Amino acid sequence: MSTLTARTGRSFTTHWYAWAMVLPVVVVLAVLVGYPLGRGVYLSFTDADEVNIGRTIGDFSVPATYQFVGLDNYWNILSGQEGSFYPRLMWTAVWTASCVFLHYTIGLGLALLLNRPMRGRSLYRVLLILPWSVPAFVAAFAWKLMYNTDNGVFNELLGKIGMGPVDWLGDPFVQKLSVIAVNTWLGVPFMMLAILGGLQSIPRELHEAAEMDGATPWQRFWSVTMPGLRPVSSTIVLLGTIWTFNMFPVIYLVIGQAGGTESEILVTYAYRLAFQGVRDYAGSAAYGIVILSLLLVFSVFYRGMLKRQEAAK
Amino acid sequence: MTTAEKVSGAVRPAVAARPATRARGRAERSRGASVALHATLVAACLVALFPIAFILLVSIRGESGWTAPLEMTGFTLSNYAHVLGDTEFLTWMLNSIAIAGGTMLVGVLISASAGYALSRMRFPGHAPLMWTFLVCQMFPVAVLIVPLYNILGALGLLDSHGGLILTYCSVSVPFCAWMLKGYFDTIPTEIDESGRVDGLTPFGTFWRLIMPLARPGLAVTAFYTFLTAWGEVAFASQFMSSETKYTLAVGLQTFVGPHRAEWGLLTASSVLIMVPAGLLFFFAQRHLVAGLTAGGTKG
Repeated sequence: MSTLTARTGRSFTTHWYAWAMVLPVVVVLAVLVGYPLGRGVYLSFTDADEVNIGRTIGDFSVPATYQFVGLDNYWNILSGQEGSFYPRLMWTAVWTASCVFLHYTIGLGLALLLNRPMRGRSLYRVLLILPWSVPAFVAAFAWKLMYNTDNGVFNELLGKIGMGPVDWLGDPFVQKLSVIAVNTWLGVPFMMLAILGGLQSIPRELHEAAEMDGATPWQRFWSVTMPGLRPVSSTIVLLGTIWTFNMFPVIYLVIGQAGGTESEILVTYAYRLAFQGVRDYAGSAAYGIVILSLLLVFSVFYRGMLKRQEAAK
Repeated sequence: MTTAEKVSGAVRPAVAARPATRARGRAERSRGASVALHATLVAACLVALFPIAFILLVSIRGESGWTAPLEMTGFTLSNYAHVLGDTEFLTWMLNSIAIAGGTMLVGVLISASAGYALSRMRFPGHAPLMWTFLVCQMFPVAVLIVPLYNILGALGLLDSHGGLILTYCSVSVPFCAWMLKGYFDTIPTEIDESGRVDGLTPFGTFWRLIMPLARPGLAVTAFYTFLTAWGEVAFASQFMSSETKYTLAVGLQTFVGPHRAEWGLLTASSVLIMVPAGLLFFFAQRHLVAGLTAGGTKG
């Protein structure tokens, strides 16, 4: 015990400076994230909803009457009894994979083009990053208007070339393609800029050396450009996956309100549970924890995979 | 494979063929490759600009202009007059600026010293803290929204600017610390050493030497934080219940809903939101790229 105190004492004298500097952040995180998260976890083990949660109306306070129910909420979700977890999960996975894939490949393609010397390069770059300056909620409404079945510009254009109107936001399948298009439009500029930055940090000599050795452009792309982009790529793909998985505004504003539950991802579904109809706080909290765990598992695997690839080289 | 990549594949051989035609410099291309390159970029720009241009067009065509999107008649600024004069738009704009600005200030101020400590010092708790920051980026709205709703309700902070700023700080503080740590990593440690030789404390080094050098990184981090808070929908929609407290993201939803379709108002306010943001991006874009590669990629 005394050695432990001595060790703590010694490490305190060496590290108190660093600890003092990170203290504000740690306090803020503990209060604003740790405490609510703890309460969220607790709620997910109860049957709390709008009716039995404690409330204060004026001077009058209603005590909370919800009860501890153990793992019931989780069992409900994971056993499929509640009926919407697995379909939602499938669609969320498809949504995330296709959006991130499109973001990355289109972003990479455009970045490769923009990385060449040419006339009007900075103009192209400004124009291409403009979608990024549009807040997601504005973009969601803009696309919703364009997708409008009777008065939308897409259907008007289709009508001009003699094709029938498409129910962009009604049909479950087309609806999904529509939201993926919106999110792709929104997300490509970020990827493009990040990859462009990565491309510019690859030393020119590497390309020249490969060229001297007679590598074809295709070989140069795979053995110079792509490895050079690795640090950038691994970060933005991980971030992109997390952001897309949790993408709230696009789904919520483009289709969620129209009652299209078919195309809701896990996050918007959990949100709806908490704030629509009889507010199911416990169910929503349990959903939140499940989503967070999924993302955590994914990032641990992803990081592990990167490490293994690194080691294999 | 995307069209863009196909084209880039087509362009590269032209560059590789350089030794045969010595007269053409390394950076030059054949005429066909040039046309293909520019055509692809022009097409991409059109896709990027179309929704923005469309919104602009609809907004200047009056209250019912949106019902005939391809007609080029009836230009009027009545939607703008209506939005600015008869709705709470300007109040929402100010609310959004106050809340996003507050989040930005708190986020950057609180997290800067932590970012520095994480970048320069090795101490017990270093790795867990970095992991915590990453995990905080993963929080789906559903995890924190219910507890925060109850807690803020108990504190009487629902429907107030302060409450929403606190909520946003749960995301912005870890984000800023992470970004700034990445930026500080790019500043050579020799500068710290010279500071220490001159007798500065570690905090003095951070405050007097590194902070001024990190200004571009701070600006970029602040900018991203502002953007995130500016565009947030989920928390704001639930926490702000009186119309004068709405942020733009909430206010705009009142224009278009199940029982209302004021697309004229919506498009006009969208343009009013996009113009300042677009200008800012136009002037800041170079720094954005630099900041991204410095901060965002060195997790």
